[in-house]
Amino acid sequence: MQTFAEILKETRFFKDLNPEYIELLAGCGSNARFDPGDYIFKEGGDADTFYLIRHGQVALEVHDPRRGQIVVDTLHEDDILGWSWLFPPYKWHYSARAMSLTRGVAMDGKCLRGKCDMDTALGYELMKRFAVIMVDRLQATRLQVLNIYG
Amino acid sequence: MVEQLLTQPRTTTDPMLPNLFRIHRVLKESYDTFTVELVSLEGYQTFPFAPGQFNMLYVFGVGEIPISISGDPLHPETLVHTTRAVGTVTKAMRELKPGDVIGVRGPFGSAWPVKEARGADVVFVAGGIGLAPLRSSLYHILSQREKYGKIVLLYGCRSPEDILFRKELEKWRARFDLEIFVTVDYANSRWHGNVGVVTKLIPKAPFDPLNTVAMVCGPEVMMRFTAIELVKRGVNPENVYLSMERNMKCAVGFCGHCQFGPTFICKNGPVYPYSQIQSWLSMWEV
Ligand SMILES: Cc1cc2nc3c(=O)[nH]c(=O)nc-3n(C[C@H](O)[C@H](O)[C@H](O)COP(=O)(O)OP(=O)(O)OC[C@H]3O[C@@H](n4cnc5c(N)ncnc54)[C@H](O)[C@@H]3O)c2cc1C
Repeated sequence: MQTFAEILKETRFFKDLNPEYIELLAGCGSNARFDPGDYIFKEGGDADTFYLIRHGQVALEVHDPRRGQIVVDTLHEDDILGWSWLFPPYKWHYSARAMSLTRGVAMDGKCLRGKCDMDTALGYELMKRFAVIMVDRLQATRLQVLNIYG
Repeated sequence: MVEQLLTQPRTTTDPMLPNLFRIHRVLKESYDTFTVELVSLEGYQTFPFAPGQFNMLYVFGVGEIPISISGDPLHPETLVHTTRAVGTVTKAMRELKPGDVIGVRGPFGSAWPVKEARGADVVFVAGGIGLAPLRSSLYHILSQREKYGKIVLLYGCRSPEDILFRKELEKWRARFDLEIFVTVDYANSRWHGNVGVVTKLIPKAPFDPLNTVAMVCGPEVMMRFTAIELVKRGVNPENVYLSMERNMKCAVGFCGHCQFGPTFICKNGPVYPYSQIQSWLSMWEV
């Protein structure tokens, strides 16, 4: 069986991260599994985890009282789910629902925040990686808002 | 006008003179998009064209517009066009019924690089109505499947209701030699597919960027960001082809309406390599 450190090393997100840091971060990981239709988290709930999706598809949803649940994004294998654990007030902005059987690694945000506070170089490495994801998603959202298909 | 054109025998092959075609069939593709199948009233048994070319379609008494050919180049006996109703002429065209007559000039313009792509992976990236101009190229490439590497279609549209050629996409998806990824901007929870812009599909799509030809069609903003993403993935800008749209009048390079940089889209385009037009794409006036 693969260790968490081995699993993390294979992901796009942690690729090339110093092996010592990988070992350190692996201590904050646990297995996660969701059946189709399961909510991984819900809008407004406490955000204390992020997920590395290893298999499956996840819908990010917003609730609209008139239209019901609106899916605004989908995430897949090797994607990162969740960054609200990084910033106060540590609450989820969206809901995340497994669209198919979804497996991954749940990373304990509180545990990570503690390790980053103790080792700012590690914190900087993680922040850089999250910044890339946030910029990519911001660009994609801008295009969505632009209604680029005319 | 139609009667006059039908009774006066044609003496020249004047590219400004429309050929008369009868509407054989009209298919509703979505709430705003329809396909017309046309047959010649002037005895042409076939209407050969290269994938990517367009015709000027004339709705008599309303106006003339450029529309790409969306049919199968191997079946040139019917001429097929898929159109989104956005304004005066396209909305008038949507009202036409089987048996009505339409004027056709063409085919005009450059083609998708189907020959140049032989031996390479081919990635089609379509946005909205952009799937229609790409369809003829897909037909061509699928008819010679063994000559190409992987074939991938990435298709983005606003919502599940906007998806064109649904049945055909389902049929193609069942093949083992073509990968199709569809994404929409928003959906309700009954949708089981991808949500997000089409550019998001590029980083993980299964093709070898170093040996890929990409054919991209959709609104200009979508094509600009798609080309950037393809190049970021490692595709050579010379192997990324875009189909440009500008207002057109004559379609034969006389009037200058469709000038794009130092070129005319009707003659030099609509299909251009990204490497040629990259610098004009972000200019405000070209
Ligand atoms: C080479 C080429 C190939 C084309 N192929 C196709 C095709 O296969 N299928 C197809 O549906 N269209 C295609 N087009 C676009 C099509 O020619 C235009 O949509 C058409 O000319 C609009 O004419 P109209 O009289 O209906 O609209 P107009 O009355 O001229 O415009 C009415 C309104 O619609 C807007 N509008 C115009 N064009 C578009 C558009 N493309 N998208 C969104 N809004 C628009 C205008 O800004 C205006 O606000 C192609 C264009 C070119 C240059």
